[in-house]
Amino acid sequence: MTPEMKGFLLLSTIKMLVVFTVILVGVALLTLMERKVSAWMQNRRGPNRVGWAGLLQPAADGLKNILKEETFPALANRWLFLLAPALSFIPALLLSAVIPFAAPLPVEFDVTLGPLGRFVHQGATPMVVADLPIGFLFVLAISSLGVYGIALAGWSSNSKYALLGGLRASAQMISYEVAMGLSLIPVLLMAGNVSFTSIIAQQQAGLWYVLPLFLSFFIFLISGFAETNRLPFDMPEAESELIAGYHTEYSAMKFSFFFIAEYANVVTVCAMVTTIFFGGWDIPFTSWDQSGGVLQTLLTGLFFAGKVLFWIFFVMWIRWTLPRFRYDQLMALGWKVLMPLALAYIMVTAVAIYLIEQVAGVTDPRRSALALFGLNVVIAVLVFGLLDSGAFIRGSNRRQQRATAGG
Amino acid sequence: MAIGVKILTRPEREVSYVRATLKGMALTFKHMFEKKVTMQYPEEKSTGPEHGMGQWRISNRWRGTHRMLTDEQGRSKCVACGLCPQVCPANCIKLVPGEDEQGHRYPLIYEIDEFRCVFCGYCQEVCPEEAIHVGVHFENSEYSRDRFVYDLERLSSQTHAVSTLWDPTDPQGE
Repeated sequence: MTPEMKGFLLLSTIKMLVVFTVILVGVALLTLMERKVSAWMQNRRGPNRVGWAGLLQPAADGLKNILKEETFPALANRWLFLLAPALSFIPALLLSAVIPFAAPLPVEFDVTLGPLGRFVHQGATPMVVADLPIGFLFVLAISSLGVYGIALAGWSSNSKYALLGGLRASAQMISYEVAMGLSLIPVLLMAGNVSFTSIIAQQQAGLWYVLPLFLSFFIFLISGFAETNRLPFDMPEAESELIAGYHTEYSAMKFSFFFIAEYANVVTVCAMVTTIFFGGWDIPFTSWDQSGGVLQTLLTGLFFAGKVLFWIFFVMWIRWTLPRFRYDQLMALGWKVLMPLALAYIMVTAVAIYLIEQVAGVTDPRRSALALFGLNVVIAVLVFGLLDSGAFIRGSNRRQQRATAGG
Repeated sequence: MAIGVKILTRPEREVSYVRATLKGMALTFKHMFEKKVTMQYPEEKSTGPEHGMGQWRISNRWRGTHRMLTDEQGRSKCVACGLCPQVCPANCIKLVPGEDEQGHRYPLIYEIDEFRCVFCGYCQEVCPEEAIHVGVHFENSEYSRDRFVYDLERLSSQTHAVSTLWDPTDPQGE
């Protein structure tokens, strides 16, 4: 190995350690945050006994879960039952590897570490574990792998509730995967690239994509909720009808793994929303953050964390506000509303981008983004107006009226 | 629909998700900054003189741990008439009467099994001497089961407030 390759390896290892430590500790703290947010929204205080303001509560929970008894249902398929938590846990963590979390850091070193030899690195290092050129395609591919864990958990438990939960999870995640993928195509049209790094660069040159591609953002957010099985779409675990859904039969640390996976998925979806629609680590109204430097990296990292935290809070906020959908409503929303909406939006955006860039000949990314933003205001008003008047999601009385009118 | 789903006829304006969602989110957000109602239990209590946050306390009619009242000389007021074990529906009172040289009756043994007690308050109601009472008190956890049989000495040494029985002529307790 050349010293340059070893330098790259060393840097990547450090980045990996940092990212996974932050993700795992963050996920543990998210369980606390969820309980705190839910408590505050219900005029309660939330956990505040273990450590200062309850900060050690996740540690106490973890310890409890490790010490608890592992149970195996007598007729469960033992190996799949064991494999399922890992299968939902690994893809959730894998995804954090491809999200850029700060501005590139200029690193230069030339050191000799005893028997390991010489390590050399110079130039800007992208602050992402793996700067994949296939960007969000990778995320879409891996995030849909998570459903295997849930479906297997449901099937291998040999319990009717778990099985129903697993079935619902697979149906729901496949349905919303479609809308999610389609909602990202306008981003592709705007950025001309799927790599996160270039999407962020495009947004810095133009506008944050939430403005010119508002409807994409809206559909992506809703599908994201469904993909991570969060309320109002937590059909797979719907405790009022399925006890705990796919993890009914799980106990102790195996159960914990499903929870870690769920929160890791929430973090990933929020990081995706931030990266694709809110400029990633971009600090708005300044180009100072792209000039490169240690301070810039630290500050952009903080900005990224702040944006992701806001979206995580938003996810919790929605969870403690909305009741759960009925299953047929969930499917209808996915297939009959979000998918046609996303398809129509692709058409509109494609035509608009063609008109703006080819016919009108606008080459400045900011001006073309602004033009699209104007179009999106109109579309948003139209779509929300139609949604609000019940044109997309009909009250179930419509069905009854039609049935009685048709005889 | 194949299964019987109850269909409500609502105007479509009312089944819109958009405005309802925004309204709900505004409400939950507002609640985050409101005063918390949690009582920090072991530090703040709903019984006793300095009860929780000055906001609320358990009712004066709460029937909890028993208490035997004593006279000025510190002797129990009980005359061992036997009415309370007679009326007790859970049969949790054990009373062995005794008599001193002046012919005063007093309880030799008076025990209440708090585990068997259903806290109906009949013993207080039936007592002619107003000796046995149920109390405004609920914290009676112990490390062993036999500690739940309260003897006369323990019943007399309780200091919590006694409950006010419901009076039919004053139903609101005013």
